[in-house]
Amino acid sequence: MIEGILIGLTTALTLQNILMVMVGCFFGTIIGMLPGLGPMTAIALMIPITYGFDPATGLILMAGVYYGAVFGGSTSSILLNAPGVPGTVATSFDGYPMAQQGKAGKALAIAAWSSFAGGTLSAIYLLFMAPSLSKVSLSFRSPDYFALMILGLTAIAAFSSKGQFLKAMMMVVLGLMLASVGQDSLSDITRFTFDNMNLTDGISFVLVVMATFAMSEALTIILKRNDPTSAAKQVSLTELGSIKINKEERTKMYKTIPRSSIIGFLIGVLPGAGATIASFLAYGMERNVVNDEEKEKFGKGSVNGLSAPETANNAACSGSFVPMLTLGIPGSGTTAVMLGALLGFGVQPGPRLYMTNPEIFWSIIMSMYIGMVILLILNLPLIPYIARILAVPKNYLIPLILFFSVTGIYVMSFNNFDIYLMIGIAVVATFLRLYDFPMPPLILAFVLGGLMEENLRRSLLLSNGSWEFLWDRTLTLCILLTTILIVVWHFYKSIIRK
Amino acid sequence: MNINTTKIISLLFFIFSAFYLYTAYQIQVFAFDENAPFNARTFPIYLGYAGLFFSGLKLVLPEPYTIKVDHKNLEYKKTAILIIIAIIYGATILKVGYFLTTSLFLFSSYYFLGERRWILMFLLSFPFVAAFMYLLHGILDIYLRDPFLQSIGVMG
Repeated sequence: MIEGILIGLTTALTLQNILMVMVGCFFGTIIGMLPGLGPMTAIALMIPITYGFDPATGLILMAGVYYGAVFGGSTSSILLNAPGVPGTVATSFDGYPMAQQGKAGKALAIAAWSSFAGGTLSAIYLLFMAPSLSKVSLSFRSPDYFALMILGLTAIAAFSSKGQFLKAMMMVVLGLMLASVGQDSLSDITRFTFDNMNLTDGISFVLVVMATFAMSEALTIILKRNDPTSAAKQVSLTELGSIKINKEERTKMYKTIPRSSIIGFLIGVLPGAGATIASFLAYGMERNVVNDEEKEKFGKGSVNGLSAPETANNAACSGSFVPMLTLGIPGSGTTAVMLGALLGFGVQPGPRLYMTNPEIFWSIIMSMYIGMVILLILNLPLIPYIARILAVPKNYLIPLILFFSVTGIYVMSFNNFDIYLMIGIAVVATFLRLYDFPMPPLILAFVLGGLMEENLRRSLLLSNGSWEFLWDRTLTLCILLTTILIVVWHFYKSIIRK
Repeated sequence: MNINTTKIISLLFFIFSAFYLYTAYQIQVFAFDENAPFNARTFPIYLGYAGLFFSGLKLVLPEPYTIKVDHKNLEYKKTAILIIIAIIYGATILKVGYFLTTSLFLFSSYYFLGERRWILMFLLSFPFVAAFMYLLHGILDIYLRDPFLQSIGVMG
């Protein structure tokens, strides 16, 4: 492991890579702050830029963007009550009331320190757990992978917001259907191309991400421009207050951070759960463990209430790298985008990545530490200035998002058809989003589609067409039982709620 | 009978899944693969049935939460204009070139979204695109096809 850490440090500490972390954190913070634009959009926008780099550098840039965007999302949660990402919704519960009390600077500082601590602690957990998880995952066979993918897709659907399970499952199926377009990987038989040569290689992952996130987000913002209920409100920020945290507040944070980081990391490791669930769970747990006096402050500007979700969502970010790097299964929609980018670089994440590409594996882990430090150094002094980006008029923001989306596809394929297809998918996605059909399950399914078919093919061929492979191995059976448990639990909760 | 939009979307998805399933059955596989446990059409067929199953369930089960979209407050006109501009942008980018089409796309988008600060509009279109092109093409070495700039001798 020491050798791996040294390899990682050597790669991560090159001037170019440190610069990439800095650039990533900075742009991630700015993009994440803009309501509606989360880490997934930020990373998707970065993909064309990473084409010019080697895989390690590209991923380091994307990891920096990821952390930056999560922190940026917290900023718009605290200042505008308009979470940039679902993972920072819980941050607004106590962050926004603090800002309203004239303590916006303090709230942002608590968020920055909590994010830093959460991210750093979870990077330490990752350092020790990832290699062992990688070894465990070497025992995985095709049926286990297939079951794991089913689990990941079901989990992301089940953890969607209330009443959306079936909608999310429909999006999962749609994502898998989109992934099935093009040549079959084994027989090279073309499927669903309707004799269109442009579809022979399938639909590009970047195209789907750009269409369903960046472009449809831009269209949604325009569409809902006059909607009074829309969260994307512009407010003037005149008073940020002090950014100093006093001793009493620090004491509270010392207790909150370790427990929230553990919850965040463990939830992040689960495929499909991610930062949103982690932040809500950490918030809920914190509320249960504090004394009655502090409990009363929750929802009115509690330090614990702000620190807990912030620590957890950043810890979950690191945690979600574990299944992506060691199993090739993304723990969240954002890591699904990164997985796609990795595949684009020709790197196959999975149990063997740790051995075949140690420099990528370790440099990402090491760059997390560096990223956390840089994020803090960059963001604390820049808090008053960064906040001004929230005043960027939508008239400029929207065309620029569309421009980045089209450029991303243009530099990739030099093909008009792909641009039309992207616009078409974006229009459909905008309409679907209007009626609360979630997009992350679609992306996760699109990314996993090819791998899922591959593993099902191998499993069925090995078992001579019998579905017994689903319960032949204990591990496969356990994973499938977990999937069933998640579905049953989801329906049980729905009934209880009624 | 009042049918909500989510049900209509589910119905459309149901029809789409049925069409997908039909197309999946039409996929031509090699003769020796026809009776194999898994061939090119196996996975799509499962997906087709899964689509029918989930959208069918959504159609049949009662809607737990009704999503109300106030169409009066939605900016359909501006969104449609922006989509049309994006389509024109996509149609001309290869023939005319990246610089001119992108700059015009940005400029016209700012205009149609209600912006009238001409200098800012100009700065955030032509010089901005030039700088971005320099970053991609000049620094990152990503090829950008531009017949217009090539015709006036700016780009090699």
